[in-house]
Amino acid sequence: MSGSTLLVLSLLMPLAGAVLIGLAGRSPNLREAVTMTTAAALFAIVIALLMRFNAGPAPEVMLQEVMPGLKLALKIEPLGMMFAVIASGLWIVNSIYSIGYMRGNKEKNQTRFYICFAIAIMSAIGVAFSANMFTLFVFYEVLSISTYPLVAHKQTPEAKASGRTYLGLLLGTSIGLMMVAIIWTWVATGTLDFTKGGILEGKVSGALAPLLLALYVCGIGKAALMPVHRWLPAAMVAPTPVSALLHAVAVVKAGVFTVMKVAVYIFGVDFLAKTGAATWLMWLAAFSLLAASIVALGKSNLKARLAYSTVSQLSYVTLGAALATSMGVMGGSMQIAMHAMGKITLFFCAGAIYTATHKTEIPDMDGLGRAMPFTYGAFLIGALSIIGLPPMGGSWSKWYLLIATADTGQLVMMLVLMVSSLLNVAYLLPIVGRGFFAGSDAPPAHGAVHAAGAAPAPDTRLRAIKEAPLFCVLPPCLTAAGCIALFFYADSLYRLLEPITRP
Amino acid sequence: MISAHLPILQVIVPLIAAPLSAFCRRAGVAWYLSLVICAVSFAISIALLIQVLEEGHISYLLGSWAAPWGIEYRVDVVNAFVLMIISGIGTAVLPYARTSIAAEIEPHNQALFYTAYLLCLTGLLGMVITGDAFNAFVFLEISSLSTYALVALGAGTDRRALSAAYTYLVMGTIGATFFVIGIGLVYMMTGTLNMADLAARLQGLEHNRTVLVAFAFIVTGIGLKLALFPMHLWLPNAYAFAPSAVTVFLAATATKAAVYLLLRFLFTVFGIDYHILGLTMTWLFTPLALAAMFAASTVAIFQVELKRMLAYSSVAQIGYMVLGMSFLSVTGLTATIIHLFNHALMKGALFMVLGAIVLRQGAATFNTIRGLGRKMPWTMAAFVTGGLSLIGVPLTVGFVSKWYLVAAALESGRWPLAVLIVLSSLLAVIYVWRVVEAAYLEEPPADSKATEAPLSMLVPTWILIAANIYFGVDAGLTSRIASAGARLLLGVAQ
Repeated sequence: MSGSTLLVLSLLMPLAGAVLIGLAGRSPNLREAVTMTTAAALFAIVIALLMRFNAGPAPEVMLQEVMPGLKLALKIEPLGMMFAVIASGLWIVNSIYSIGYMRGNKEKNQTRFYICFAIAIMSAIGVAFSANMFTLFVFYEVLSISTYPLVAHKQTPEAKASGRTYLGLLLGTSIGLMMVAIIWTWVATGTLDFTKGGILEGKVSGALAPLLLALYVCGIGKAALMPVHRWLPAAMVAPTPVSALLHAVAVVKAGVFTVMKVAVYIFGVDFLAKTGAATWLMWLAAFSLLAASIVALGKSNLKARLAYSTVSQLSYVTLGAALATSMGVMGGSMQIAMHAMGKITLFFCAGAIYTATHKTEIPDMDGLGRAMPFTYGAFLIGALSIIGLPPMGGSWSKWYLLIATADTGQLVMMLVLMVSSLLNVAYLLPIVGRGFFAGSDAPPAHGAVHAAGAAPAPDTRLRAIKEAPLFCVLPPCLTAAGCIALFFYADSLYRLLEPITRP
Repeated sequence: MISAHLPILQVIVPLIAAPLSAFCRRAGVAWYLSLVICAVSFAISIALLIQVLEEGHISYLLGSWAAPWGIEYRVDVVNAFVLMIISGIGTAVLPYARTSIAAEIEPHNQALFYTAYLLCLTGLLGMVITGDAFNAFVFLEISSLSTYALVALGAGTDRRALSAAYTYLVMGTIGATFFVIGIGLVYMMTGTLNMADLAARLQGLEHNRTVLVAFAFIVTGIGLKLALFPMHLWLPNAYAFAPSAVTVFLAATATKAAVYLLLRFLFTVFGIDYHILGLTMTWLFTPLALAAMFAASTVAIFQVELKRMLAYSSVAQIGYMVLGMSFLSVTGLTATIIHLFNHALMKGALFMVLGAIVLRQGAATFNTIRGLGRKMPWTMAAFVTGGLSLIGVPLTVGFVSKWYLVAAALESGRWPLAVLIVLSSLLAVIYVWRVVEAAYLEEPPADSKATEAPLSMLVPTWILIAANIYFGVDAGLTSRIASAGARLLLGVAQ
């Protein structure tokens, strides 16, 4: 099969999956089999593309000329290749997890859930392989719309309100700001193709460049840079598999990925460095990075804490882009992969805890680690990776970002990164610590017991808690292993990404 | 042989069929006749469009009387495109209308409905195809008078249709009177009614006060017909209380013909060099268009009745068309012309959805659509898609329009306008999403017996929805036509 056929297939496969899932809606087992098969097939296609990409010229394909000069086209480049591998690979793990979670919690409307999920993955792959800003924008919007039903899944007033915030902020920023930025770029340069070294040099004056960058970055709401981050905590009302794959990986990574693409292929790192257009962005990212961590410290709901942690971790990527140096781009890009693996682990664990115990608040989770050692073990590994300690993958991205701050002489940024790591320790590790060491086997005198009503004798309560179903526990263990593997195999990731850091 | 007479056939075929359908005692026969006639009109308009694209403009002399004296039908790419929109929508509405009309209009009026419908079509096609200013007035009146009757037919279900029709009649008559006064004044100064001839003879009279007054009268008169904010007050009620099929037809065609007429007078008759044109655009059209975009969209958000909501949205959309022309640039006019087409597709489809809801639920309000996402899945899916197009999501026609409009604003260096355009389209997100939420995220009332709309309504709706997508994914043809039209109006070489 030629590279371009494979590219088209990478979109058609999840789309066909969505249709088949809809058709198989009446038989849950068949439906889940379709999801799994599609996910596996998609991953195989992406891997085949990766091999082709490594071997020779980058596969590309033109799908449709929408308006004169404005094309829907796909082309592979290193950053997108990495994003596609992450999204499609984790979809498999997440699908296993979804089965355990959705059935374990007896969620309604599961067919709609799986259909929207497949469409969301299709759009994430589309974002990854876009050959120009227009194509990226199209898939970006499809991603926003297809994930709305997932956020509002529970159909409660709370879910509806969150859905409104979610869609309002994402569509509002993308249509209100990013579209203007794209059309501005188009009017100024006559092209939207992702070109190495950027397309704006000489077309947009240095004075206006920061404004254009602001339109882009604030328009890319999915990057969750403060102050357009509110949708992400709101999205946590969704079932946990959605939070795990979409709001820790596909959707948010599509956001920071777009920021990175804009910095590298639209502005060009040199242009950014020369004009200083991204200096304000660097400070905003630093602010977002620290502020979100501090907010996370104060959240007692586990998913809310993880959400703010995501806001903070995404700012690392934006910071990497804003530093406008090759090591910054490298660190930021690696962070996309490393954070994906780490954060999905944490969300998987949060969902496993919920499935097993129906607890959502951190203070209620004392001692759970002793009952659920695998879940908590995986959580620990994921947390260490987020913090950036070896031997977890997360250490590499932090490492390159630190080098970048040293390269550019931004000592304040170096300090910000170090403080942030400490904050990460402060809001992640106590969860594990309390899980293993806090509380006695007897139940705490308040909270959980009352909530559960008069049930079995007190000292058997915690013992009654077991690990969540296998389908919920296996995925976090796999991704935790992935976090460690990424540390040892970061080299191949480095080699994949290396071309984009060269001028 | 017959191809040489296509321009007159375009108008005369529905004109002759109109009284014929009045003679039909049975509504079914009248419907069948109208359907055939509309399909023929559509075919003629396509043939004309193809001919114009290949050979440039066509000039047809009625009764072979030479141009400045006799009436000339002049077809170029701009009006061929509008003819195609009007007759195409006219055809698409008919299969849909049969069920809807049968449910909403008393039996003895149904055959007359088709008469009025064909007359309205004749009027709209006539005012678009003609190259004669007074003839345009005549056809404008034909279409208006038949529209008043069509709106009043809604009285079968809601008596308020009568007062809506009456308001429209008063406002429409004022508009038409202003228009004809303006034409009278330029006739007084130039002694001609042929548009091309008028354009030539107005040279040198630019600063003549009578011509200035005529300009003002004509712009105001047409402004009323196209519901330019704040002269839009007749529109929401007329759309809300007319029979559903009539609303679809009017929303998708009537204001389009008026916008076309405005373009024709501004750019062909008075011309791009007319000294107060730029002034009018900057100080009149731009602020009014912006006011329409924001005020009408905001009002739309607070409507309970969905037809009124979309009617206000139409007022806002007309703001986009007027804003496009106010840039006086090729891109801006391209945006206007392409939006004529795109807006017809989206509003046509959306009003069709509302008609289907009215048929099943008796009314289309936020109360009656609760939970319809499950009860009428195809109908509501059509609404979602059409709504996305209205918002301007990529791969729909709405996006194409918005792209050209924003590009025009940025090209002219007026980037605050670009921001305002997208901000106003965000208001559309709000009112569209209110519907989506009510239909999908609320439970239907327990006693709800709503069922899916009949195929005769679903198929036309989905044809328009498919067109929304098709021309959003491949806007090559429409943007080529629109930009050719824009160049023609501005006198820029191709």
